[in-house]
Amino acid sequence: MPQATLLQAIHDALLEGMARDPRVILLGEDVGREGGVFRMTQGLMRRFGQERVIDTPLNEGGIIGMAIGMALNGMRPVVEIEFADFIYPAFDQIVSELAKMRYRSAGQFTAPVVVRTPSGGGIKGGHYHSQSPEAYFVHTSGLTVVMPSTPADAKGLLASAMGGEDPVIFLEPKALYRTVRGEVPEGEHRVPIGEARIARSGDDLTLVAWGAMAPVAEKAAGLAAAEGVSVEVIDPRTLWPLDIGTIVGSVNRTGRAVILHEAPRSCGFGAEVAALIQERCFLHLKAPVYRVAGFDTPFPYALEKSYLPDPRRVLAAVRAAMAF
Amino acid sequence: MDSMISVIRPDGTADPEQDPGLPEEDLLLLYRKMALLRAFDEKAIALQRAGRIGFFVPSAGQEACSVGAGHALRDGDWIFPSYRDHGMALMRGCPLETLLGQIYGNAADPTRGRQMPSHWCDRSIRLVSVSSPVATQLPQAVGAAYAAKLRGEKVASIASFGDGGTSTGEFHAAMNFAGVFETPTVFFCENNQYAISVPVSRQTAASSLAVKAQAYGFRGIRVDGNDVLAVRKVVGDALARARDGKGPTLIEALTYRIGPHSTSDDPTIYRSAEEVAAWREKDPIRRFAAFLSGRGLMDDASIDAAAAEAKEAVRKAVEVVEAAPPVPFESLFEDVYAELPWHLAEARDALLAGKE
Repeated sequence: MPQATLLQAIHDALLEGMARDPRVILLGEDVGREGGVFRMTQGLMRRFGQERVIDTPLNEGGIIGMAIGMALNGMRPVVEIEFADFIYPAFDQIVSELAKMRYRSAGQFTAPVVVRTPSGGGIKGGHYHSQSPEAYFVHTSGLTVVMPSTPADAKGLLASAMGGEDPVIFLEPKALYRTVRGEVPEGEHRVPIGEARIARSGDDLTLVAWGAMAPVAEKAAGLAAAEGVSVEVIDPRTLWPLDIGTIVGSVNRTGRAVILHEAPRSCGFGAEVAALIQERCFLHLKAPVYRVAGFDTPFPYALEKSYLPDPRRVLAAVRAAMAF
Repeated sequence: MDSMISVIRPDGTADPEQDPGLPEEDLLLLYRKMALLRAFDEKAIALQRAGRIGFFVPSAGQEACSVGAGHALRDGDWIFPSYRDHGMALMRGCPLETLLGQIYGNAADPTRGRQMPSHWCDRSIRLVSVSSPVATQLPQAVGAAYAAKLRGEKVASIASFGDGGTSTGEFHAAMNFAGVFETPTVFFCENNQYAISVPVSRQTAASSLAVKAQAYGFRGIRVDGNDVLAVRKVVGDALARARDGKGPTLIEALTYRIGPHSTSDDPTIYRSAEEVAAWREKDPIRRFAAFLSGRGLMDDASIDAAAAEAKEAVRKAVEVVEAAPPVPFESLFEDVYAELPWHLAEARDALLAGKE
């Protein structure tokens, strides 16, 4: 199997999706001639034409609104919001329009739009190029929220999102775009929405992490192993609807859980995962469910490395759970 | 762009320069639908006052806008309406029972009581579910039109909204996108002078709303919104241009909301009785009746008969809709996603267990 970066894998999913289905249409700022600010859509305008790979005016609400209309009229739009930090101007179109079209029309109208956006820190982007907004969208009924952390998952989940019937917020951990490589199946490859990936098996503690925190979790698991603690790492891949069965199965076996994310801690998605675990695993738990997360501060520029959870912070939580 | 197109002149005759030249049966159809819309609104307000429905958004005074525009639409065109455009739905053939069902939010509502009253939706006429936040439907209308254009279909989309809608970011985004992509979109602004209580002078310092089109690189037209033939003519021309690949148009229809913004509003707080009385003199239904009488197509007896017929049709539809059962409570969890996910299945089962 060929090796690819996360970026190449997403590019390939877009290219193959467009080649397979003439209803697929890309739109966003700089996605055409420039091929995206991260070069994700490079070459696609040349191949598919500017009517299907659309450089839009600079207005996120307009982009999402337009994509909704395209989807209502039979297209399969894949939107790129240049950075997740720029998605808020489109919040109303996403939360009250895109996510609710099926419900409010009782299924008469649906809007299967995929909204791709680079998310999270790690590129020295400061407050406006580093945020992790997943909790807002998990909280929004009607949305599916996906965040891959490996190239194969990125390709397979994007293909599933593009072929699905519901709107999907597809969060891409930009810190991993060019820093992770992995084997990616050639040709059509789908990873089902709603199934977690067990990134590392273990017996003493379950560590749940997604996006750019998944490799941090694996590093922390390596450090814990050196201390004789066997950590199981679960990457949900689809944040919502969450594969709760895989997480509960693991925690019931290990008796301990730590949740790791880089978004701010309070009301972060980790809070929901922790609540679900305690509801379902209460009598199996040997320690409180701990969270390691970004701080409840704006995302800092100079102190980015202090803000983002690292393997040492995760290891501290693992030790606390083991010592409880 | 500040001058206004009218067809029906003060003496009740049509301006031959602008007359859309509709056949007699279409003229009578327009009248019957306007009368039906008025009867529907009067009944809905009475139902709300009697506590049989919770809320309603009347369109009295603006019938020429929604009915005239609705008549210009063709099969295949997309409608992105506001909550005051049920006249378009009626004109396109949406049954009274569908509209009333939506107001009642019971099993007679094809949208299963999902939204508060006046949030219309009917897939069969491509009328997209109404939102409460104004103008959110505008960029969506541009997207639907883009898709049609991409496939080479000769159809257009119409987005209707009020004067308040022109202040939103979505109006700007949609107008700009439509101009850049030359989509077959008609922006139909029913300037009824107030956004709830705020007058149009507080929405813009521009000399008109139509003039805004100039900044987006396409045509803006002002039309007499209380003149159903003028609306029919201007919207029909704009839709035809759109279908022919000649791009978008902004239409500002000058009209007036005779009643409250909604059944929760008290318009006496923000406008004078004299102002309302002056606009009542320009009532679009009476004005069209005068035109039809002048053409020998109607007389006092047939005008009265049309009103009575409309009233009776509404009464019958209310009877049917009121007899429908409530929406089944399991439907609360349906249509959130294409398939019911585990967390909603759990919530549904817990609710069901609690009811046993």
